Amino acid sequence: MRLSMDLELQDIPGQLMQSLEPFKKYKGNIISVVHHRDRKTPRGTVPVQIVFEIDPSNIENIKRHLEENGIVVVRAGEDRFIEEISVLLIGHVLHSDLGDTINRIDSTGFAEVEDLSLRMPGIEEPSSAYLRIRATGKEEIGKSLSILRHVGAEKDLLVIEPIEAEKI
Amino acid sequence: MKEVRISLVGFGVVGHGVLEVVRRKWEALRSLGLDMKVVSVSDINGTLFDETGIDPQRLHAAKTLEGIANLDIIGKEAIQEVDSDLVVEVTPTNIVHGQPGLGHIEEALSSGKHVVTSNKGPLVVAFNHLRGVAQENGVMLKYEATVGGTMPLISLIEKNLVGNEILGIRGIFNGTCNYILTRMMEEKYTYSYALTEAQDLGIAEADPAYDVDGIDTAGKVVILANSIFGMSARYEDVSVTGIRDITPEALNLAWERGYHIKLIGEVPSLTVKPMLVPRRSPLAVGGTLNVASIETDLSGTITVTGLGAGSIETASAIVSDIVSIYTSRQVDG
Repeated sequence: MRLSMDLELQDIPGQLMQSLEPFKKYKGNIISVVHHRDRKTPRGTVPVQIVFEIDPSNIENIKRHLEENGIVVVRAGEDRFIEEISVLLIGHVLHSDLGDTINRIDSTGFAEVEDLSLRMPGIEEPSSAYLRIRATGKEEIGKSLSILRHVGAEKDLLVIEPIEAEKI
Repeated sequence: MKEVRISLVGFGVVGHGVLEVVRRKWEALRSLGLDMKVVSVSDINGTLFDETGIDPQRLHAAKTLEGIANLDIIGKEAIQEVDSDLVVEVTPTNIVHGQPGLGHIEEALSSGKHVVTSNKGPLVVAFNHLRGVAQENGVMLKYEATVGGTMPLISLIEKNLVGNEILGIRGIFNGTCNYILTRMMEEKYTYSYALTEAQDLGIAEADPAYDVDGIDTAGKVVILANSIFGMSARYEDVSVTGIRDITPEALNLAWERGYHIKLIGEVPSLTVKPMLVPRRSPLAVGGTLNVASIETDLSGTITVTGLGAGSIETASAIVSDIVSIYTSRQVDG
């Protein structure tokens, strides 16, 4: 099972290596380690995000091991959604069944609408919605966008995608 | 000193600009070894011809050649009759059939004259054909001013980035749309209010469809596709969405989340549509600026920005093209 953990390390040598030790001990397969040295917390610790695959029964052991070594575990849990994208919709967003629009993404199983903001300037005027979609990978982000394009065409909504979604 | 006899076909905003830039840069052009003479100017009223070179100041205040023309020939006939080395084609653009510019450019190239143009229509309709005619006749067709105005894009790719494979180009190619979207975001204007402001300032035409519906941007996308990517794209191949449906609320919502909304043209995907552009992206330029990011295999991504329109700006791109024809020929021997 793929999980992720947010840690806070002291900014002293050897901390990162020490934080990885329990993953070896409990047979975790590390997918990625992101060490945010440039984004220190107010109390001077360094945030680290580790994504790994492991038998979920071992997660508590890892947490305990880390905490015994003075490493702060901020969050640990399932993290299937590793990619995200912002999309804007313009048109009769609400009256074209916004619930359905969101559900088309959520029902895929590989992506979810995680954040939603609406602007409704007047009853007959077009409204705007900002959606942040998270998905299990880049390909799934692409699939979510194509679902939204399809929904946009069907419901007469203008779908505005970000330029970073795909290479030129 | 190389004498360059130029026929100017089209006497509108850009045509006036060309005369002005040639006048202002007379000394600089001579120091490059070029004695540029505009020997004829044509519009629908006729042709003004002077083999010793027309004094640009003589035409400065004239809106058209009515009452000034001394030859009763226009268009292709004028191109044929006047003894010149190079034709600057700056007649009004038509993206559907390309005329009258298409006929003018064909005529000039087949009579062995170089052509420099800011006219998109002929290139959108018949780029590959015109390039073929130029090659057959051993002359050059230059068109930097058709895409991004004064912003060096085509020459940047053809000269400075030579050897790179161009993987994609993405950018803002219409200053009118960029101006409208910028004002809508900054002042929370509605689309129609921002449009009327742009019209009052002369940034947008009375009939804005060509700009705001993305037609102009799509034409530029076609030119880039055919000239840089060797495609045989037509206008109909471009998927186009304009900016009429953008609301100030949408722009505001995007801004709060770290984005601008810009009308973006992309090649080789052949799309023109409003897109979210991160606020810190080099593509996030405002006002009437144009911008293009060129993605290459060796040099990474290179971004250029500059004024996309305007009489003098467009004319500067035209004069640069003229200079490059003669300076690169000197290298060739």
